[in-house]
Amino acid sequence: MEGYIHSTESFGTVDGPGVRYVVFTQGCPMRCKYCHNPDTWETGKGTKMSAEQIIKEYNKNREFYTKGGITVTGGEPLMQIDFLLELFRLAKKNNIHTCIDTSGITYNPDNAEYTKRLSELMKYTDLVMLDIKHIDPEHHRELTKQDNKGILAFARYLSEHNIPFWVRHVVVPGITDNPKYLRELGHFLGTLHGLKALDVLPYHTMGVSKYKELGIPYPLEGVEALPRSEAVKAKQIILEAMKETKPA
Amino acid sequence: MNRTYEGWRGFESGTWTSEINVRSFIRHNYHPYDGDDSFLEGPTQDTLDLWAQVMDLTKKEREAGGVLDMDTKVVTTITSHGPGYLNKDKEKIVGFQTDKPFKRALHVYGGIRMAEKACSENGYQVDPQISEFFTVHRKTHNAGVFDVYTPEMRACRSSHIITGLPDAYGRGRIIGDYRRVALYGIDRLIEDKKEQKETTRTAMYSQVIRQREELAEQIRALEQLKEMALSYGYDISQPAKDTKEAIQWLYFGYLGAVKEQNGAAMSLGRTSTFLDIYAERDLAEGKYTEKEIQEFIDHFIMKLRLVKFARTPEYNALFSGDPQWVTESIGGVAIDGRHMVTKMSYRYLHTLQNLGAAPEPNLTVLWSTKLPENFKRFCAKTSIETSSVQYENDDLMRFTHGDDYAIACCVSSMRVGKEMQFFGARANLAKCLLYAINGGRDEITGKQVAPEYSPITSEYLDYDEVMHKYDQMMRWLAEVYVNTLNVIHYMHDKYCYEKLQMALHDKNVTRWFATGIAGLSVVADSLSAIKYAKVKVIRDETGLATDYEVEGDFPKYGNDDDRVDSIARDIVHRFMEHIRKNHTYRGGIPTTSILTITSNVVYGKNTGSTPDGRKKGEPFAPGANPMHKRDTHGAVASLASVSKLPFIDAQDGISNTFSIIPGALGKDDQIFAGDIEVDIDCGNGACSSPTLFEGLEDNAK
Repeated sequence: MEGYIHSTESFGTVDGPGVRYVVFTQGCPMRCKYCHNPDTWETGKGTKMSAEQIIKEYNKNREFYTKGGITVTGGEPLMQIDFLLELFRLAKKNNIHTCIDTSGITYNPDNAEYTKRLSELMKYTDLVMLDIKHIDPEHHRELTKQDNKGILAFARYLSEHNIPFWVRHVVVPGITDNPKYLRELGHFLGTLHGLKALDVLPYHTMGVSKYKELGIPYPLEGVEALPRSEAVKAKQIILEAMKETKPA
Repeated sequence: MNRTYEGWRGFESGTWTSEINVRSFIRHNYHPYDGDDSFLEGPTQDTLDLWAQVMDLTKKEREAGGVLDMDTKVVTTITSHGPGYLNKDKEKIVGFQTDKPFKRALHVYGGIRMAEKACSENGYQVDPQISEFFTVHRKTHNAGVFDVYTPEMRACRSSHIITGLPDAYGRGRIIGDYRRVALYGIDRLIEDKKEQKETTRTAMYSQVIRQREELAEQIRALEQLKEMALSYGYDISQPAKDTKEAIQWLYFGYLGAVKEQNGAAMSLGRTSTFLDIYAERDLAEGKYTEKEIQEFIDHFIMKLRLVKFARTPEYNALFSGDPQWVTESIGGVAIDGRHMVTKMSYRYLHTLQNLGAAPEPNLTVLWSTKLPENFKRFCAKTSIETSSVQYENDDLMRFTHGDDYAIACCVSSMRVGKEMQFFGARANLAKCLLYAINGGRDEITGKQVAPEYSPITSEYLDYDEVMHKYDQMMRWLAEVYVNTLNVIHYMHDKYCYEKLQMALHDKNVTRWFATGIAGLSVVADSLSAIKYAKVKVIRDETGLATDYEVEGDFPKYGNDDDRVDSIARDIVHRFMEHIRKNHTYRGGIPTTSILTITSNVVYGKNTGSTPDGRKKGEPFAPGANPMHKRDTHGAVASLASVSKLPFIDAQDGISNTFSIIPGALGKDDQIFAGDIEVDIDCGNGACSSPTLFEGLEDNAK
């Protein structure tokens, strides 16, 4: 089968360990205000690529990826879970490190069929990067137009199944930098197993030009990029809070 | 004959003791270093004071419009100037090109007009007597070349299908083995050169006459070098006895070269591991401390940063600045499998911390996957903090060049003291394609530059027809290009011979006959457009094709797409084959390079619209780079396209310049190091929060 692919990047250095081949899938149900890839939102668009094609592209230059692998990001990759399963199965056959960068939004613990496919996919997944946008349900809805219930449940799912994962959190001035919620996030993360890293990302404005091209008003017009030092502070707050709930 | 000198105490002997052979000395005596950077020392007060003085002078130079002082009365030679200092009491390594720092010397042997212009453009005037002497009584390289050029060569030059020719300035690109001065002392080197002279053939035909004259010149240069060093109070007739002397002797060798020659690239060679042998001995003997050794190196590098030449604005435009290309090659792996990283490799790179970042000297790490991990990390760290380190692929070059080669300029590799290069600028292959379409007429001036081959007259370009004509035009271009270079190098040898640099070479050297290609990605994309899209020709009233309309999309070089990458590869190979068909001066072995790192803007300015959609005057991509914004699949795909170019046809180097914003190169400052040896499970530095793990461990206690 074929996936809907927005684009590929042959030299990804920030989406997982090492130098990685990054596949941006097309389509996302979230509408995060700070999204820097609004061109990946719409579903059913993009270039169709088969798993074989992607692995072939990867293999052509695999010397570059000896410490890296493939990362599928988006868009929301888990919207195309069947394609992902095919891709990762083939990747593991080729001994390639696999990583999914997801918002976790598609997870629904009550959907047995979905969970079954997910657990199958996890067999072929070496790392999940889970982007938690906001710990508070109200604020999450305000920020992303979606509920965070499934997302947090997905985090617990990863923890319960001992799947290695990183958590990413974007700190936006005035939106996700409130110490109260950072602490709350830390408390939640402290209870999880399998968390390998915390990646606190300072909000940047590099996506603005894309909005202009697409003719969409930029929701965070006027919000300045977060200084790196503030992200470091936010990270400290989350870490401190994690210690408090970390089981002995 | 085996010798012993005081300077050689404790060294393991080898071939090097009975013949001039620095590689043998290194091989027998160096100690690979696997440790980390914790041994390094910071700058001394004297270093800081001297550097403050340099910064102050640099500021004054900038305020003065780029040049602080120029010599207009004394023609520079190895011995033309008395000693110059920043502060004699604080400088551990001494020597400037003229009698004071920041004063640019007067180099006239390359061409008097260039020297006059370099002065006048900066508000100085060459002493009229000197101008007269070098116009009337003593010929220069430049005058010699123009006596011989054919009308066709001149036409190619003025239409810029061949550009940047070293016919009015020093060709450079020759690396003297400056280490020989330190290891053997001048007397031994003179003795060796005398023996070489005694053993030439005695039948006097032109090659033998030239060789004997050159050897006489070389011996004279060595004697002058000794004299110059004496003016600084150093007798360099004998081998250097310790680290400080070794650096000083070596630097005198280099200084003599830059006093004598204003070359387009005056590179240093591969000196760090050589010098480390002295440092290790001194540390073992307790003669110098690490602090002192670092200070010597800091002062040495400071001197290299202050090498300056008088140049014209056009020259600076072509080379995008006022570069010296004092390239020093660091690291690499030996043929016996040992890596060649020593503590001195660290000390050289550490000058970027002690003195701050700087483009010169061009510190170049010969990168291999076999370099020790600690050194890789140190390089990465230094790169991130200073953006001043160049990397080249030792695993690729060692295969053809062994383990004692160095880089001249930015990528030209040569075995030190055994090989030299005739620098050959570039041929504009994009313009050549336009000539093929226009039957040899220049697309900008309309002048007939190449022979009157039949032009293409169809409305749409046909790939096979274009390729056929292009091949013929390349053949013509290669011929006129190589012959132009033959003239240039003949005259450079005759009127501007690099006698000191060649004195620090073997008797019989291998000569690389360098050529170069500009506009490769323009050609590849143009041919791809012709083949995979439709290209309509726009002609003016005289029938000259001046513009093109591309209908449809086509594969673009730089995306790891074989359909177009194979075209690029084919062009390089074909052009090189045409080059090889020609006679080359002094048996030079033809090579080519694809590395217009800085002059791509100038080349583009002089080239009309091309069939890839590039408009008249728009810049080319640098070197073998894809055209700007046409590579849409990221750096690896772009590099993969470049890596398909045949190195065997372009041994003088292929460059792909790409810049990347630091944030896109990994996570904070921990991460680039992480990329080298990332733990897949992110146990080590791969995340922006190494403290996460520390924090949790603390909690567990």
